[in-house]
Amino acid sequence: MLDAARLRGDFPLLAQRENGHPLVYLDNAATTQKPQAVLDAIAEYYRTTNANVHRGAYGLAIRATEAYEAARAQLAGFVNAWAPEGVVFTRGTTEAINLVAGAYGRAHVRAGDTVVVTAMDHHSNLVPWQILCQEKGATLRMVEISEDGRIDLSDYGRALEPRPKIVAFPYVSNALGTVNPAAQLARLAHAVGAVVVVDGAQSTPHLRVDVQGLDCDFYALSGHKMLGPMGSGALVAKPELLDAMPPYHGGGEMISRVWDDRSTYNNIPHKFEAGTPNVEGAVGLAAAVAYLERVGLERIAEHEQALAAAAIERLTQIEGVTVYGPRDHRAGVVSFTYGDIHPHDIATILDQDGICIRAGHHCAQPLMRRLNVPATARASFYLYNGLDEVDALAGALVKAGALFGYVPA
Amino acid sequence: MDTSPPDPQLSALYQELILDHYRRPRNKGALDDATHSVSLNNPLCGDEIDLQLRVDGEVIREARFIGRGCSISQAAASMMTQLLKDRSIPQALALADRMSAMMRGDQAAAQDKTLGDLRALAGVSKFPVRIKCALLPWNALTDALKG
Repeated sequence: MLDAARLRGDFPLLAQRENGHPLVYLDNAATTQKPQAVLDAIAEYYRTTNANVHRGAYGLAIRATEAYEAARAQLAGFVNAWAPEGVVFTRGTTEAINLVAGAYGRAHVRAGDTVVVTAMDHHSNLVPWQILCQEKGATLRMVEISEDGRIDLSDYGRALEPRPKIVAFPYVSNALGTVNPAAQLARLAHAVGAVVVVDGAQSTPHLRVDVQGLDCDFYALSGHKMLGPMGSGALVAKPELLDAMPPYHGGGEMISRVWDDRSTYNNIPHKFEAGTPNVEGAVGLAAAVAYLERVGLERIAEHEQALAAAAIERLTQIEGVTVYGPRDHRAGVVSFTYGDIHPHDIATILDQDGICIRAGHHCAQPLMRRLNVPATARASFYLYNGLDEVDALAGALVKAGALFGYVPA
Repeated sequence: MDTSPPDPQLSALYQELILDHYRRPRNKGALDDATHSVSLNNPLCGDEIDLQLRVDGEVIREARFIGRGCSISQAAASMMTQLLKDRSIPQALALADRMSAMMRGDQAAAQDKTLGDLRALAGVSKFPVRIKCALLPWNALTDALKG
């Protein structure tokens, strides 16, 4: 395992105390804390390099543009993108998926076509497709999940029969932690001619991602879930697909020539980056990538799997606790319920011990309906969490049990 | 493992009476011949309530609810329906005001006997993010009556 206590020292926020206890931050699937290196990179950018990018005729603007484009190249290398110009900076995963639905989807999906999603998709990889299908008169087909929280491969096969135009799924489930066989799913979808969209919000921070190895077509990611700033993220795509797509947002930067009544558009990726971009976000995200590379994605994945396994073992020893999702092929996300104690009550009780967990539907209401629960409590781990924090979680849950009469106080 | 006893604020929040209303809700289930019906939910946390009233002239004759959610929202709904029977509409709205005052930490409201079992929820005022849970059924009530 990683030396989590030492890594925690790199994260100023984690030194805080909460309600008189050391802060135990277990809501990393929602967002992650930022290391000093990221905070420094953002401050340094504004102290030394800030100017508007891609349009300055002076040295400072050129250096700002170089910093922005270097961040793009670094992120491209991190996920093994097809090319740096296949990396479009966005506000995050949500905007990246909306870009695909709004630009690629609107150009290619017609009445009677099918778009496939899964029952474990986050609302951000569901609602954009609902909007598209409603607009086009297309069919949205949701693939069912198995009881242990995996994509039901036989239902997936049936969903591919009408030869859908687009197939979208998450690499890692934000609510269950399931790691889906993304390369296999992509291969099956390509065999029927579909374009594959992967929601990478929960995979990019936690395991080694190789988009060319997956052979998907579009891959969306969020910077803030991988130690980077909020409002940073990217759509990683096959350049030839981006090239052939109509633009998404209109404005400055995305154009080539503008007449009174029409325009021609810039080359990719700029065609999809209308307006002044979030350069600070890109620079901060690049610093986060560098930090993750120094620690090593393989070691991070191994560390989180160990934490999740320890948490599942500790939690299932508490009578009345149910843990959802698969027992293997899973990331560091542990969703659970405890008897009839509502997850919000669990979260309130844990907060008194300085423990931050998420309670709710995790932006996955169709999944919650299938699990037959209105909500779950969710602990999600990252590189700075340690086994001591798994202990704290289990201890605080026992207290919750005592308040609700499950264990003797 | 930390085995210190639960925080006193937490013990105040999760009193026996609250858990009793949560686990054995009063007046739960659909109301036949309802004259007023309002569904509210909290999209953030998923608490749901469907409040149904039978109002005869200016007087609430029956109040029942269907709902699901946390102990605070469901206990508040159960306790509220107990209080509403045979109250006039102005009386019910006055109770809603007292409840809001108690959630703002008003000590006099927290001791006001007219709030009945709801006084057990006074501790919620120390947990700002949970106040919306306790007020969900009351917001449904004011929506229903002010329509």
